[in-house]
Amino acid sequence: MYRYDEFDATMVAERVEQFRGQVARRLSGDLTEDQFKPLRLMNGLYLQLHAYMLRVAIPYGTLSSKQMRALAEASRKYDKGYAHFTTRQNLQYNWPALVDVPDLLDDLAKVEMHAIQTSGNCIRNVTSDQYAGAAQGEVEDPRIWCEVIRQWSTFHPEFSYLPRKFKIAVTACDHDRAAVKVHDIGLRLYKNDAGETGFEVMVGGGLGRTPYIGQTIRKFLPKDHLLSYLEAILRVYNLQGRRDNMYKARIKILLNAKGADDFASLVEKEWAAMDAKDVDLPADEIARIRDYFAAPEFEPLPETSAGLDSNSTKNKAFGRWVRTNTHGHRAPGYAIVNISLKPIGGIPGDASDAQMDAVADIAEQHSFDEIRVTHEQNLVLPHVKKDDLYAVYLALEAAELATANIGLVSDIIACPGLDYCSLANTRSIPIAQRISERFADLGVQEDIGELKIKISGCINACGHHHVGHIGILGVDKKGEEFYQITLGGSGAEDASIGEIAGRGLSSGEVVDAVEKLVGYYRENRQDTERFLDTYRRLGAEKFKEALYAAA
Amino acid sequence: MPLLKLIGDRLLPAIEEAKNEVSLEDWRANRIAHPDATALVIPNDADIDDLRCDVSGFSAIILEFPAFKDGRAYSQARLLRERIGYTGEIRARGDVLRDQLLYMVRCGVNGFEIAGAASDGAETALQEFSFAYQASSDGATPVWKRRRNRAAAA
Repeated sequence: MYRYDEFDATMVAERVEQFRGQVARRLSGDLTEDQFKPLRLMNGLYLQLHAYMLRVAIPYGTLSSKQMRALAEASRKYDKGYAHFTTRQNLQYNWPALVDVPDLLDDLAKVEMHAIQTSGNCIRNVTSDQYAGAAQGEVEDPRIWCEVIRQWSTFHPEFSYLPRKFKIAVTACDHDRAAVKVHDIGLRLYKNDAGETGFEVMVGGGLGRTPYIGQTIRKFLPKDHLLSYLEAILRVYNLQGRRDNMYKARIKILLNAKGADDFASLVEKEWAAMDAKDVDLPADEIARIRDYFAAPEFEPLPETSAGLDSNSTKNKAFGRWVRTNTHGHRAPGYAIVNISLKPIGGIPGDASDAQMDAVADIAEQHSFDEIRVTHEQNLVLPHVKKDDLYAVYLALEAAELATANIGLVSDIIACPGLDYCSLANTRSIPIAQRISERFADLGVQEDIGELKIKISGCINACGHHHVGHIGILGVDKKGEEFYQITLGGSGAEDASIGEIAGRGLSSGEVVDAVEKLVGYYRENRQDTERFLDTYRRLGAEKFKEALYAAA
Repeated sequence: MPLLKLIGDRLLPAIEEAKNEVSLEDWRANRIAHPDATALVIPNDADIDDLRCDVSGFSAIILEFPAFKDGRAYSQARLLRERIGYTGEIRARGDVLRDQLLYMVRCGVNGFEIAGAASDGAETALQEFSFAYQASSDGATPVWKRRRNRAAAA
């Protein structure tokens, strides 16, 4: 894991002091709320429906046990004993008091954490593959480049007042777990035919009101030139992105107005004209950062574990959990463990202080002290010995964290919705809870297989409904909550935007609708086909018929 | 509007006679008509790579920040310094706030039209951070270079 040196530590500490001053100016009345707003918004502090909400950055979703404990402690000390993991691998506190926020940030700074650029029209926390450093077939650890981008983008003087927020994601595997094609910039690290490592640069993806899949503007960028190329993209966007309408201000609108080819030429021209020598990092600094992400010392182990096999047979629930919640690791005898934050009937992404402490303990004992946060609002223990899986399972079960539903119908992404958010039209969480309860039987869920349901409580699409295999969008119709169903979306390497299925449904009808769609899929699937594959094979019409057929 | 100027690393109130301003458009159209112009006002949608005129003779170039969140002029300032090589005063006009001064300075702005109340603590605002992660127009040594220098000295 990356560790701060004195420079990083100083920057974060000074940011806390700067923010402390800004809060003091607000509390004394020197700043009005209007003047304070842009300042707090540069530091992750939102004013929600009922209270302030503080968003804490978890750079590329990587946490140590010590950091997780500090997050749990802050939730006890400054909040109501729980926190919420977000779709951008961050964490949110929903109830801090303004006067406490500088102290909270001070506590987090002591464990190398902060809220820098978790909101505002700037370059946000860079996200990545939650299996980074553990996944099979990875070109190199994408977090090296995430950290390079983190430092470059922190307090960037030119790019802190962009037309709109700006999100970058990096992956280094063929299978994309970071949803890079629905980011402002998506970077895919790969080896070209000549054996050199570089990035495919995709620009202009995004969800929200106008969903787009990102387009490749450069097939291969030698990796050492990453920062200067990003600087060129950001400069073109800062100068030419629309500022007259906030709903048309994202880079996706600029790219699509100009066309990908013309946009790419503008970037290439800017890049050629730029003096890149002080922007691109020299090899020794990249090597310094790379060293922090060296793989832990894995023990030489056989690929299979006798203990794992016998316990899976003895304990059926454990066997199921191993099938659904663990994933192949690059080192023989190790597994990647997913921790579901989607208990049946629970609130997607929420964790109590005790649960966070439990995960910290388990990671310390069994996963080289590392924890990851996923964009699907779950947690990951990246490096667990197969021999330890049963002990890890039992410890997770004791903390009510062993729901065996990763990637299944109840592993739902939901935005906070009208329960918290001032922008929402409808509630999202109760819909997720009711779907989850309807499909409570984990055996049935496993039989249904991979199915991604994503719920947004308004058109801003924080719940990523456009890329749900089944997407649910809440809309307000004359004061009543209605839900529009979209079908066939995907945020992975086969990215696509879901199509609207038809008329909106009442809150009472939504869960039945999902059940009808799932039923139609189970009757018509072939072999091991996923819901998404069946949908793509049979087409939208069949599923629409099934959905709207009279009961 | 009170004017502050960056002198070294200090931000000091400046009292000077008003500049004779000319807009980029007027200057391009008929420079003969503006023999006394000393300051060029560049709108924030102008393409600095395509100025189509020599700006080196102006003692000041004025860039516009119509609202604090309109950040186009940050890029324009950097391009004027780093690409055009303009060495005179670059002055920020508009919604210029204390908490943005550091970013402006880092992009090469060294004159600020700033309302009295907004300028309280302006000088402190420039000193809130000891380092900068990235190179920009102010010549600050980026953190990666400091790390390298420190390693070399050790």
